[in-house]
Amino acid sequence: MADLRINLAGIESPNPFWLASAPPTNSGYQVQRAFEAGWGGAVWKTLGEPIINTTARFAAVSFNGKKVAGFNNIELITDRPLEVNLKEIYETKKRFPNHAIIASLMVEPQREKWHEIVIRVEDVGVDGLELNFGCPHGMAERGMGAASGQQPDLVEAQTMWAKEAARTPVIVKLTPNITDITVTARAAVQGGADAISMINTINSLAGVDIDTWNTIPHVAGKGAHGGYCGPAVKPIALNMVAECARNPLINVPISGIGGISTWKDAVEFMLMGAGGVQVCTAAMHHGFSIVEDMIDGLNNYLDDKGIASVQDLIGKSVERYSDWGNLDLNYRIVARINQDVCINCNKCHIACEDTSHQCIDMLTDPDGNRYLQVREDDCVGCNLCSIVCPEDGAIDMVELPHEQPPMTWNERQTVLAGFKGN
Amino acid sequence: MNNGSQVFISLEDLQRNFDEVKSGLSPADARDESNRCLYCYDAPCIQACPTGINIPSFIKKIASGNLKGSARTIMESNPVGASCARVCPTEELCEGACVLNHSTKPIMIGDLQRFATDWAIKNEQALFERGQKNGLKVAVVGGGPAGLSAARELARFGYEVTIFEAKERAGGLNTYGIVSFRLPERISLWEVKQVEELGVEIKTSTKVGRDIDPAEILEAYDAVILAVGMSKVPMLKIEGEELDGVHDAIRFVEETKTKELTHQYVGKRVAVIGAGNTAIDAATCSVRLGAENVKILYRRTKEEMTAYDFEYEFAKQDNVEFRWLTAPVRIVGDENGVVKQLECIRMELGEPGPDGRRRPVPVEGSEFLLEVDAVIKAIGQTRHTALVEAFGLQHQWGVVKVDLETYQTSNEKIFAAGDVIFGDGQGEAMVVTAAQQGKTAAYAVHQKLRNSMIETA
Ligand SMILES: Cc1cc2nc3c(=O)[nH]c(=O)nc-3n(C[C@H](O)[C@H](O)[C@H](O)COP(=O)(O)OP(=O)(O)OC[C@H]3O[C@@H](n4cnc5c(N)ncnc54)[C@H](O)[C@@H]3O)c2cc1C
Ligand SMILES: Cc1cc2nc3c(=O)[nH]c(=O)nc-3n(C[C@H](O)[C@H](O)[C@H](O)COP(=O)(O)O)c2cc1C
Ligand code: SF4
Ligand code: SF4
Ligand code: SF4
Repeated sequence: MADLRINLAGIESPNPFWLASAPPTNSGYQVQRAFEAGWGGAVWKTLGEPIINTTARFAAVSFNGKKVAGFNNIELITDRPLEVNLKEIYETKKRFPNHAIIASLMVEPQREKWHEIVIRVEDVGVDGLELNFGCPHGMAERGMGAASGQQPDLVEAQTMWAKEAARTPVIVKLTPNITDITVTARAAVQGGADAISMINTINSLAGVDIDTWNTIPHVAGKGAHGGYCGPAVKPIALNMVAECARNPLINVPISGIGGISTWKDAVEFMLMGAGGVQVCTAAMHHGFSIVEDMIDGLNNYLDDKGIASVQDLIGKSVERYSDWGNLDLNYRIVARINQDVCINCNKCHIACEDTSHQCIDMLTDPDGNRYLQVREDDCVGCNLCSIVCPEDGAIDMVELPHEQPPMTWNERQTVLAGFKGN
Repeated sequence: MNNGSQVFISLEDLQRNFDEVKSGLSPADARDESNRCLYCYDAPCIQACPTGINIPSFIKKIASGNLKGSARTIMESNPVGASCARVCPTEELCEGACVLNHSTKPIMIGDLQRFATDWAIKNEQALFERGQKNGLKVAVVGGGPAGLSAARELARFGYEVTIFEAKERAGGLNTYGIVSFRLPERISLWEVKQVEELGVEIKTSTKVGRDIDPAEILEAYDAVILAVGMSKVPMLKIEGEELDGVHDAIRFVEETKTKELTHQYVGKRVAVIGAGNTAIDAATCSVRLGAENVKILYRRTKEEMTAYDFEYEFAKQDNVEFRWLTAPVRIVGDENGVVKQLECIRMELGEPGPDGRRRPVPVEGSEFLLEVDAVIKAIGQTRHTALVEAFGLQHQWGVVKVDLETYQTSNEKIFAAGDVIFGDGQGEAMVVTAAQQGKTAAYAVHQKLRNSMIETA
């Protein structure tokens, strides 16, 4: 049994799985049920004002019949009065002293307002604060949420104001609706953030009803952009976490969020630098009990690898993530088809023929059996055939020995510059 | 093959006939099927599994690639879960309850259960740990599904458990009774090993009542769980039963699992009497031993047959002939005392009997002769009445009387589980119910002994 406990910027929890600030953490009843089911922590649904309920507010995207590949919402922050939330946070913390409760906060960008809310939530015993600069809808209209999260100076200032009053660790939650997330991440660090979390939801429109021509979802016939999350956003979130993790100027712990549905997703985020993870959509799709497999699977994975503590995973893949200019341009792989596994669907052939480098031949052997073969000299090792291949193990991408010594783009530029200089 | 003409079937070919018929799911199948499960809340499939396996959870774990966790979820609730994956009548249990019956087709729960447990077997996983020793000793009499389940749970609670098993190996009918092409012995023996690895001592070749006295066991242990199952097939009580070529179905199947196969049945005609699972297993075994014609004779109709539907279909595919409303009256031998013919009589269904089933009555003058080389009796199982009495337990026709919640017998120190408490009119006995009863009896023992520990402390 591996040690699953984490300590993220001083916030301790029995395992790395927290519920993200969202409907699953809207009340004491829910958070307590979640802790009973095994969740290690919860970021309470963002506290603030005013209370507004939009109907309808959710929509999801199915992919080839699989439900909830992505999830879209136009919901605002908490729909309950601050006093009620504070009372329930207090009661929940009392019942579960070893679980992490983090209060998510969003107020108008004014110093006193931040001081006031920080003091009030810390009084009821939260373990930390998460500043929500990331909600992409509704709040932005008033200079809160994403709007402030998109302006590095506002991120820095507000973080500072919160830090002035805070006694517990402050996590700044970043919006992905920005060109370069490391800019706002650095602003948060400069403002004194103890940790950052990402991502909040991505601006999205789930769909258009092709019969009524209404947006999906619509509110009385009108729609507005919502926030996208769920499995579909995972690669975007993972990149943002990795970019922050490898940036030497962003030297604070990261709480990873975005599309995490299984223990494997969590392992990936932690390898890429997250000190823990937060989950929303997967819990909304399946209920709190999914955390059981997340914990069990993670534990078995660590035992299997002989890793004593989950914290030993943190950042282990970060050094392998770099800039394109540092990749070895002389590294070569080619596709090789295993005839005994191949089921002859010819998908690899047509993918390569129509959309890549025309190097998979459709051949017939002397007995009249059809087979496919890669002309390795022409193969550029793009992976496309193995991506479209339906059979595990039918196509191997095999490494070729270096014909020329490793050389990156940056090295190449240096060499070229040297020539020119001569 | 007819008319005694010689056919050559190699012993290897015969042996191959006894390989597991159904292949396991491929990883791709398992991935697709596990991702099809809806992960229902308060899922009806869980309710329908007698051992209450958390089915959505174990399936989710297959989907997420946590196969060890999946196997553990299964075996946690069902200590013989690898066997059950193969022999449970899933259409009537978990799969019959799956909500997808109402929309597409049910999840292949049994096959997924097999996929996960096969993984654990292949990867030699130890799934459980023994509990801290609590100084108390429990004896389990009989090492079949019920006894193994009880022993495993007690070992996890910290009891020192000894299983007394009459046969050379434990596993009960899973090891010796259910045909190997449905349930290979190695699966059952893996389950036995899992229990042994928790420190349970299994004294094999030790028949209680013969090799050790019940009184001695009662004296030496703090509690006893009686899980001896049922005994051999009863006598038909007809003329010719002692002839050479008349077999007990359970013994007959057992020989295919324990002895070298022979050419003895190649090209022969076999009549199996009865229509429960044992009859089907004996019939399909005969086919696989090379018999030319195999008939199942049953005195009632298909509707009253107790074999599961999947078993019936399986036998039909093996070309087993079913003769309904047919009862044996006499077995005829040749001059050497070897079976030659079976005299039968046609039946019709009369008034319902006390069990609600219509009673078969003979049609007068409808006797006829079948040419047969072997007769296999599969008309149920007798009881270990002498042993039950040696333990001084109340019983009815050998069926031990128990409290249906705790499985406590008339002796408060003795609990009973599995086929030994299986009564008339309860359909067919099942591995999965035996396992559940074993668990429940273990919990009841624990409850009782814990209370007494607290009292004496
Ligand atoms: C041919 C056949 C096919 C079957 N097919 C199926 C099926 O497909 N699906 C299904 O669910 N069920 C099936 N069953 C039923 C199932 O096998 C039983 O319900 C189940 O094995 C009962 O478990 P048990 O532990 O109570 O008894 P058993 O499995 O009978 O085990 C009892 C054990 O006690 C031992 N024992 C007996 N007397 C003594 C003694 N005096 N001292 C020490 N040890 C003793 C025996 O050797 C045996 O190992 C089948 C049964 C048969 C006979
Ligand atoms: C319906 C809904 C409401 C949300 N409300 C909030 C919120 O109030 N505050 C916040 O910081 N994030 C909110 N989020 C964003 C989530 O906390 C999380 O960052 C995002 O959903 C990505 O994680 P996921 O892919 O696991 O869902 C909300 C998400 C959803 C789906
Ligand atoms: S895509 Fe895969 S399975 Fe299909 S032809 Fe190519 S190698 Fe074979
Ligand atoms: S033990 Fe039997 S009934 Fe229970 S889930 Fe497994 S196959 Fe289904
Ligand atoms: S009822 Fe069917 S779909 Fe639902 S959890 Fe059980 S197996 Fe899965």
